[in-house]
Amino acid sequence: MKHMLKLGASALALMLATSTAHAEGKLSIYNWFEYMPKELLDKFSAEHGIEVTMDTYDSNESMLAALKAGKLGSYDVSVPGDYMVKIMASEGLLDTFSKDELSNFGNIEPKWVDVSFDPGRKSSIPYQWGSTSFAVNRDAFSGDIATTDMIFNPPAELKGKINVLDSQGEVLAFAALHLGIPQCSTDREQLKAVNDLLQNAKPHWASISSDIAKDVLVSREADVGMIWSGFSAKAREEGANVEYAFPKQGYVVWMDNVVLLKDAPNRENALKFMNFLLEPENAATLTNFAQYTAGVSGSGAFLNPTVAALPESNPPADGNGVFVQACSEEVQKVYDTIWTNLKK
Amino acid sequence: MARKVDLKRFPGFQSMTYLCLILLYAPLLIVMVYSFNDSRSITSWGGISLRWYEDVFFGLEAEKFRAAAFNSVVIAIIAAITSTTIATMAATGMLRAGKFRGKSFSFALINLPLMVPEIVTAVATLIFFSAIGFNAGYLTILIAHIVFCIPFAYLPIAARMQGIEDIYEQAAQDLYATRFEAFKLILLPLMAPGILSGFLLAFIISLDDFIITNFVKGAGIETLPTAIFGAAKQGIKPNIMAISTLLLLVSVVFVTLSYLIGRMGQNKNGKQI
Amino acid sequence: MAGAISSGPPTSTRTYQGLGQYLMLPSWVIIGFFLVLPVGMMLIYSFLTKEFRGGVIWEFSLSAYDQFFFDRGLFGDEPAKIEWTYITIFWRSIWQAALATVLCLIIGFPTAWFIATRSGRNKAILLFLITIPYWVNLLIRTISMKFLIRDTGPLNTWLIEFGLISEPLHMVNTNFAVQLGLFYSYLPFMVLPIYASVERYNNSLSEAAADLYASKFVILSKIVLPMVKPGIIAGCILVFVPSLGAFLAPDLLGGAKNFMIGSLIEEQFKGNAGNWPFGAAASMILLSMVLVVLLFYARAQDKGGQNHG
Repeated sequence: MKHMLKLGASALALMLATSTAHAEGKLSIYNWFEYMPKELLDKFSAEHGIEVTMDTYDSNESMLAALKAGKLGSYDVSVPGDYMVKIMASEGLLDTFSKDELSNFGNIEPKWVDVSFDPGRKSSIPYQWGSTSFAVNRDAFSGDIATTDMIFNPPAELKGKINVLDSQGEVLAFAALHLGIPQCSTDREQLKAVNDLLQNAKPHWASISSDIAKDVLVSREADVGMIWSGFSAKAREEGANVEYAFPKQGYVVWMDNVVLLKDAPNRENALKFMNFLLEPENAATLTNFAQYTAGVSGSGAFLNPTVAALPESNPPADGNGVFVQACSEEVQKVYDTIWTNLKK
Repeated sequence: MARKVDLKRFPGFQSMTYLCLILLYAPLLIVMVYSFNDSRSITSWGGISLRWYEDVFFGLEAEKFRAAAFNSVVIAIIAAITSTTIATMAATGMLRAGKFRGKSFSFALINLPLMVPEIVTAVATLIFFSAIGFNAGYLTILIAHIVFCIPFAYLPIAARMQGIEDIYEQAAQDLYATRFEAFKLILLPLMAPGILSGFLLAFIISLDDFIITNFVKGAGIETLPTAIFGAAKQGIKPNIMAISTLLLLVSVVFVTLSYLIGRMGQNKNGKQI
Repeated sequence: MAGAISSGPPTSTRTYQGLGQYLMLPSWVIIGFFLVLPVGMMLIYSFLTKEFRGGVIWEFSLSAYDQFFFDRGLFGDEPAKIEWTYITIFWRSIWQAALATVLCLIIGFPTAWFIATRSGRNKAILLFLITIPYWVNLLIRTISMKFLIRDTGPLNTWLIEFGLISEPLHMVNTNFAVQLGLFYSYLPFMVLPIYASVERYNNSLSEAAADLYASKFVILSKIVLPMVKPGIIAGCILVFVPSLGAFLAPDLLGGAKNFMIGSLIEEQFKGNAGNWPFGAAASMILLSMVLVVLLFYARAQDKGGQNHG
């Protein structure tokens, strides 16, 4: 018994030591699921002698909630979408860096430097950009799919075979596009209309989930799936006969960004990582895996040609993609209620 | 006099039993079988192969699973040792120390982790650690595991102790052994099968826990169940079935061991636990 | 020290007389500090204010409970109506858990009886076969069930192959799947306590009844069932309570549309909602319900104890 106690106590002490001390050479990433090829992390580890750990999330909102609930200070970087960068900055969750701290800063494509959500790139660098729309199984439906009716007012044969992303920002932006009203409208009638639209569409939806978005299309548990462009391409690669739609009412475009988190335990390593991701070759590795588009100049040369030619990454010339907007607190509170109404 | 009807037999009970066993085992056996499927798709059968086991050990996610398995085993060993120690002391207190203040309260307290729904324990633990500013990490998982392992370790230990009369300890004390010596030299060896059985159950309970671990784990830390859950959320892949089969076999081995050790103890002393 | 035993006739439980509190101390400290105190903290949190976009503010507020019970419209300024959503989720959970309990009892009782009335080796083997799933990882069992019943899973494939159905039965993401998952998860919890009761049942009672010309049905309903009732009640509690707060079955088998209490609570902490006070309040309500069930159980046990001496 004495030995057991001793062993237990020393092991406890050991665990304590490892859990509180942040040793040199670590990096803690908080990223979307299925968004980072292992080979890229291995390459980074090998080049810099840094041990990388990564946790994943499945929506901008759940990442924000986790950070606000006490995870801030345990991660170095996370990968929020455009509007979420703005929200995180306003919530004081981001650290800033200067251009001199990133030798590859100049590799950022000029159009992605002075972005509205982080003017001049003080806290973030581009990760990938792409679009959110929906994919339809062509074995199940052969008609015109370029309309948001596919989600909100589906034809009879697709009712009950729809999966929608569990992502508040994107779903509510899509609802606004469908209704032809501005995002973050303060108009009470318009907000009510959004709520009614979702309540009326919900019975036709089989599931509201992000992590199964690709799987349900492949297994045909869903024939219409709201989905990110790269995931649509991957679903087709895995055997689903899906076509990605660019609806005439509009669709969501986004840019995910690596942000430097406040109270990052390994700030130096986080900057090394960001610099690493701005190398054209590494950005291309990321794109070849995730099948979106990099925002880094010169990465095109390293791209897999099939990835560059994906229909998902080449919207029609008259396509009208919009960014999700960060709403005011007043509207966001109503949005939260609408979302809770939908989820319950 | 032999009865014409067997009163222990009721019609249909036997078929119900077989139905029950089929229901319990069919999904597990099917997953086991499909884990040997050669096909890349999980739905069509492509012959027998070990490729998904190879994938678990050497594939892309091998490192993640290995780290998670290591965390799980280390946490389970420490949690099981600590909770078994605490449970042994508690059983001795409850069954060998006569009456004392707070005894009935103690009994309720030890069983409390069994009565509070797991999700409530998870929420409460998360809130508590967060409120006192305790950084989530290995230690938060470990503490939570120790708490809910205590009753599981306590049950077989107390059952065993109830089956051992204290005449041996009394005899030792008559021969001038101190109470500590009586405990160490007499009670503990007699208790060994019960303690080992409790340890194994605590180990398996800790190894298997998902809900509480998922709530209290810190950044970048995964145990095997949370890693499996994370992967399975995005769809059940063949490698998930392979790793599930492995974890399943570990559980079966440990439960069998615990069971056999318990029986061994019984036979030696000729007493029912 | 050894002199202690000379102070009276030895009784079987007093070897370490006087050390009881010291021996209990580690359990008291660990469980008190890391379970009782956290539950208290959770109660406090349920009365705190949710910060905009997640997080909590240390300010007293009833808004978590208000959100649970009252609906004040989209803009929060309408007169309060009863909010049925969460009550519905709780009601669905109670209903699902109750149904799972009944199903487990229907299969579990005959099984327990059958096993307990086998002899020797057969009994040991059957009992062991029931015990194993009890200890097998719940997550893996739920994943297995999901794999089995998915649209393109083995069950549908076989049913189609045998010509029993032409279209796959859609089971995943329905209440039925959740029900199946709960039933499957907790079935062994029903069998084991009933088995223990039947083991203690003295079959000469049945024989006496048979001598008095009671039919098998009468023996089962009038003699056996009342005698093994404590085991049945224990089994029902062991199935009902964890089913009520289950998370894995509704999450993996039910999708996001068949919420039960467990998934509702999880959503507040791990999902998008980030509403800790509301999650704490829902947890408190769940815990109170479980405590009520356990109190009934304790009372039933006391009564049973009196009846059977």
